[in-house]
Amino acid sequence: MEPIRTLRSRTVVLAVNDIDTDQIIPARFLTTTTREGLGRHLFADWRFGPDGAPRADFVLNQPQSSGSSILVAGNNFGCGSSREHAPWALTDFGLRAVVSTQIADIFRNNALKNGLLPVIVEPSTHRWLLEHPGAEVTIDLDTTSLTLPTGETARFPLEPFARYCLMNGVDELGFLLGREAEIAAYETLRAPA
Amino acid sequence: MSAPLTLFEKIWRSHEVLPESADTPAVLYVDLHLIHEVTSPQAFTVLRERGLPLRRPDRTFATMDHSTPTRTEQVFGGAPISVEAAAHQVRELERNCAAFGVELLGLGDARRGIVHIIGPELGLTQPGKTIVCGDSHTSTHGALGALAFGIGTTEVGHVFATQCLLQRKPRTLAVNVHGKLPAGVGAKDLVLAIIGRIGVSGGTGHVIEYRGETIRALEMDERMTVCNMSIEAGARAGMIAPDETTFRYLAGRPRAPQGGAWEAALEAWRQLPSDPGARFDREIDIDAATLEPMVTYGTNPGMVMAVGGTIPERTGDAVFAKSLAYMGFAPGERIQEHPVNVVFIGSCTNGRLSDLRTAASVLRGRKVASGVHMLVVPGSQQVKREAEAEGLDRIFIEAGAEWRESGCSMCLGMNGDLVPKGHYAVSTSNRNFEGRQGIGARTLLASPLTAAACAVRGRITDPRELL
Repeated sequence: MEPIRTLRSRTVVLAVNDIDTDQIIPARFLTTTTREGLGRHLFADWRFGPDGAPRADFVLNQPQSSGSSILVAGNNFGCGSSREHAPWALTDFGLRAVVSTQIADIFRNNALKNGLLPVIVEPSTHRWLLEHPGAEVTIDLDTTSLTLPTGETARFPLEPFARYCLMNGVDELGFLLGREAEIAAYETLRAPA
Repeated sequence: MSAPLTLFEKIWRSHEVLPESADTPAVLYVDLHLIHEVTSPQAFTVLRERGLPLRRPDRTFATMDHSTPTRTEQVFGGAPISVEAAAHQVRELERNCAAFGVELLGLGDARRGIVHIIGPELGLTQPGKTIVCGDSHTSTHGALGALAFGIGTTEVGHVFATQCLLQRKPRTLAVNVHGKLPAGVGAKDLVLAIIGRIGVSGGTGHVIEYRGETIRALEMDERMTVCNMSIEAGARAGMIAPDETTFRYLAGRPRAPQGGAWEAALEAWRQLPSDPGARFDREIDIDAATLEPMVTYGTNPGMVMAVGGTIPERTGDAVFAKSLAYMGFAPGERIQEHPVNVVFIGSCTNGRLSDLRTAASVLRGRKVASGVHMLVVPGSQQVKREAEAEGLDRIFIEAGAEWRESGCSMCLGMNGDLVPKGHYAVSTSNRNFEGRQGIGARTLLASPLTAAACAVRGRITDPRELL
C-alpha cells in the first residue's frame, strides 16, 4: 500500500444520507473473485441509465468531478452490508477519502484497510462542504485535520494504529503475524474448545 | 468483589489475546470463523500471495448461500447454474476449501443453508463464543449469547492467517423491552420498531444487548430475527443473554457439546449473563404492548411505520422525497390496501421453521391473490425437510406459491431471483435499499405473518384482519 500523508483535492459532493453499500456497488457485481476493476461498477444504478449510458445529471459523470479524490457524502455513509467491494470500487475509481458526519462501522474498517480515508467532521464543517462542491481541501494525517479553502481547519478522529499503517504504507496483517507467540500462548492456556 | 460486567464485556475480556492500548487495538481471538463463496475468494488469494497457511482450519467452517441457485435442478444437477459468475464462485470455494483443509457444506449437502441459519442449527453457534463472518448479518448468532459480527474480506484474511482480529472495544447499548407483544405482532415487528426508534445509524459504534421480559419470552428463532437486524440500526453486534430457552435449543445438536462436556458448558454459559448493576453506555426502553404490525415505506429499514399508518411529511428533506419517489409513495399517504406484486418469505432474518409455519398458517385453505408472485425459500435444507415433514410445502404450493431450495435468494438477488423493475415486493428479508432485490424493485419489509396476509389479499394488509 502507498503511504498517505496528505491529500489535496477538489471535492465531489453527494448530499445523500444513509448511502448504503448496495448503492456503492450493487450485489450483482459481487460475483467476482478478484478485487480489481470494480470502479466501473461504482454507484452503477445512479451513474448509468437502463441502457447503460451515463446519466448526465449524476455528479460523478460531470466534467468538474474528473480527477477529484475526495467524496463528501451525507450522514451515515457506507451502511448496510460488509462487502469490501465498496471501498475497492471507490478506490479503483480514484477516490481516496470520504467525508461525512458519520460513517458506518464495517465500511470504515474496510476503508482503512484499503487506503481510503474515512473522515468524520462536525456538522458545521460538513454543512460548509455540502454548500461548496468542488472546494479545494487538504486532508493531513500528521495533524489529522481537514483544511478548507477559507483557512479554517477541522480535526477528525482517526484510530492511532490505522493512522500509523496508512502513513507508513504497512498493513495490519504484518502486526498480527508478529503476535504469533501471544496467540499460541492464548490458544494453549485460555481458548475455549 | 469485582465490578459487575455486561455479557459483552465478559466475552470480550475472555477473548483478548492482548488488550487494547492507546496505540494499538486489542488482539481479539476468534472461536469460530464462518465463510461463504462471495466474501472469501480474495482472502484466500492473500494467503496464496503471501505463502501463508490457514492457521486453524478446525475453527473455520464454509458453506455457500449468497449466489447459489434455488431451483432444484440447478442445485442437485440436471441443469447448469444459470448465473455463470455464481457457478464460478461455487467452484472457487470448493477449490479453496479443499486446498486449505476447510470443512465445506457444498451445494448438494443435506446440511447446507444460509450461513446464519445453519450455524445455530448445527450447534456450531454457542454462548460465549466469538464468531465472525464476511457478512453483516453475522449479528444473528448473538441471539445465543455469542459475540458475533460481520467483517470485511481483508479481515477474513486476518482470521485465516492468525485466528485473530485487531479491534477497538465498542460501546454498549441496552435495549430493554417490556410488556407482552400483542396478537399478530412478532419479533420482526419488534426489531423494525426498534430501528424506527433509534434510526439506521443509532447503533453505530455499539454492541446492542436486548433485555427485558419480552426478550426472555421469545423463542430462539424469534431472538435470531431480532439480533439479525441489529446491523440495520448500525450496530455490528446484537446479543441476548443465554438462558434455559437457549440451552433447550442447543441440547443434542450435532456440533453442540455432548455428555460431560455439555454439563461443563452449561456451567460456563450460566455465568455469562450481564451481572446485576452492570453499566451500559446507553439504554433505551421499548414498550412491546403498544406495538403493531410494521411495514417499511422507504428505502432504508428506519423508514418504517405501523401497517395502518400514514407516511410522515418532512418538508424540505430532498433525500426523503427522493426515497419516496423511488417507492412511488407520497408524504401523508396511507399504504394499507396498496397493490402488491411479489411476496418473498425467506432470508437469514425470517427463513427459519417457525417463520414458515407462521406464513403457512395464513395460507392454509387460502390462495395467493391473482397476479401476485409468491416465493418461499427455506433458510436451510434442514428447515426445508422439517417444513416438508409437516406438509408446509403442500400448503404453499396449493396456495399458488413457489417452493424452492435454500439460500439467500431474493434478499439480494445475486442468484437471479429478482423483483422486476417498479414492482412492489413485501419481503421478510432485512434490507429495502434501492435496487437491493432488483433494479428499480420496491421493497416493503414486513413479518412473515404480514407478508403472507399481503399475498392472500394482493394488497398491503394488516394481518390481524385474517387471524
